[in-house]
Amino acid sequence: MELFLNQILAGISTGAIYACMALAVVMIYQAIDHLNFAQGEMAMFSTFISWQLMQWGVPYWAAFVITIAFSFVAGIAIERVMFRPLAKAPILTQVAGFIALYSIINSSAGLIWDFTIKQYPTPFGSAPFLGSQLISTHQAGMIGVTLLMLLGLYFFFQYTRVGLAMRAAASLPESARLVGINTSWMVALGWGMAAAIGAVAGILIAPVVFLEPNMMLGVLIYGFAAAVLGGLTSPLGAVVGGFLVGIFENLAGTYIPGIGNELKLPIALALIISVLVVKPAGLFGRAIVKRV
Amino acid sequence: MSAALEEVVTEAPAVEAIPKRAMTLGAGTSLVMLGLLIVAPLMVKNFVIFQMTMLLIYGLAVLALNILTGGSGQFSLGQSAFYAVGAYTSAILMETYNVNYVLTLPISGILCFGVGFLFGQPALRLSGVYLALATFALATAMPQLLKLNFLEPWTGGVQGLVVTKPDAPFGLPMSQDMWLYYFTLAITVAIYVGAVNLLRSRSGRAFMAIRDNEIAASAMGIDVALYKTLAFGVSAGITGIAGSLGAIVVQFVAPDSYTINLAIAIFLGMVVGGVGWLPGSIVGSAFIIFVPNIAESISKGLSGAVFGVLLFLVIFVVPHGARQVAIFCQQTVAKFRKR
Repeated sequence: MELFLNQILAGISTGAIYACMALAVVMIYQAIDHLNFAQGEMAMFSTFISWQLMQWGVPYWAAFVITIAFSFVAGIAIERVMFRPLAKAPILTQVAGFIALYSIINSSAGLIWDFTIKQYPTPFGSAPFLGSQLISTHQAGMIGVTLLMLLGLYFFFQYTRVGLAMRAAASLPESARLVGINTSWMVALGWGMAAAIGAVAGILIAPVVFLEPNMMLGVLIYGFAAAVLGGLTSPLGAVVGGFLVGIFENLAGTYIPGIGNELKLPIALALIISVLVVKPAGLFGRAIVKRV
Repeated sequence: MSAALEEVVTEAPAVEAIPKRAMTLGAGTSLVMLGLLIVAPLMVKNFVIFQMTMLLIYGLAVLALNILTGGSGQFSLGQSAFYAVGAYTSAILMETYNVNYVLTLPISGILCFGVGFLFGQPALRLSGVYLALATFALATAMPQLLKLNFLEPWTGGVQGLVVTKPDAPFGLPMSQDMWLYYFTLAITVAIYVGAVNLLRSRSGRAFMAIRDNEIAASAMGIDVALYKTLAFGVSAGITGIAGSLGAIVVQFVAPDSYTINLAIAIFLGMVVGGVGWLPGSIVGSAFIIFVPNIAESISKGLSGAVFGVLLFLVIFVVPHGARQVAIFCQQTVAKFRKR
């Protein structure tokens, strides 16, 4: 029983990473209706920027704020320059665009900062949290920040005019345009916010997985899985999904014999798919009803 | 998040329908292409012939995805898994059981058809990103499954298997590479003709009806579940044959040759060639084989970025892929004829 509880705790602490990323994934999905495959790389690049700032002697929190502002602007810029012209292209072409962006960012980061693994500082310290060896203060801090972001997003979407406009632009673009919402800028804003959330996720994740250009690859896949599991339309679902995926992964690794580290991912994905077969819109997602 | 639990979508998003004839090439153009493919290897070195063979093989894999996505509207990131199953089937049959390489092709085709058909069953309930995730899971699981310990006597584990390269039969005076090229070409042409006819048949029309509007298709009496799984099966079968040919030509199979990167490459090939336009498969395949090399030659350190930029330029200029170029050429020629 103690092993079981410990594994759940360990699952929650890895789940916090996925929850963070899943939140960014849901953010962009709300704005553009697709999964952005380059999201992880964008987060990785932002994290490198903050690392570089700190190398130049900028204090942690200043670097944090500058990076988030930079990511927000960069996200909008990427949408305006690269994806705005593709808005009318077929969906699969846009997906190819994401793959192109992925490859560009990954390779440039590799050239600028090379592929050696770097330490990344944490503001929360890494002592055991409340006397438990499995969850460190950093991870607890990460869970806290994730929940804060979730709360912030909730208030943003529920109680601000811009949030309402973004929701309208995402769910019914034509009608939104008729009531005077600039839907094209709402999409750009979505990209900016997703990039900023991604930057926060990257900065929080880097102390755990260490900083290098490929650090986000695995995290993004789990983030996608978490977002899909929780329901792509619900930020709360994404966070819950993230924790669940973390717990699944740890329990599968412990209790199913013959699963090394390598088979954890397929097992977690298989489990998620079996959940989806029963609940196709995800745990917290809205089922879309179509009138024919 | 939102108070409304149900969202009513009154109008389905308009889908650009691809007319049946636009999915293929005219007879004249096809014959010229075939002639070029037959004559070309006579003038080049062995390594180039090898690359051309790979071009045809990836072309087949792209074609298979094109039937699934362009034909029936389902999306798959798991093509590398079917490719791997095909490759391993051939390798194991040839090396462990001494089966002739020609015979291994139909066997892996049928086996992969079965695997794809079965995989299509749970995939029926999923669509869009969910289907992408499910097939993605298959693709990531495959290399790990091939590495499993208890399969090692057959698969050779992480080391993989070495496959013997077959000689030209009947004492034909040509190199092994050249023989394999013509062998692959014959199979590719046969499958291409088969695929074109499939899409023109009753089943092909059913695929396209499902792609354009699933509800309308089922109202017209099409067994949606059957045809969707069938499309998965056919696509997997063709990919499996491509995998077999790949194993024979490369002479080596190993789990890490068949990662998700292969599936992504096949997907990019389909987009560049034009979704739903079968002849574009070969163009897409050329893109995924040659453009990474070109990118490498432009800049070693930034090859990924160069590849990304090139890919972006292509989809920027022609968002509908090679199909758009072909249609443009056709219209230009028609204009000149009118004069």
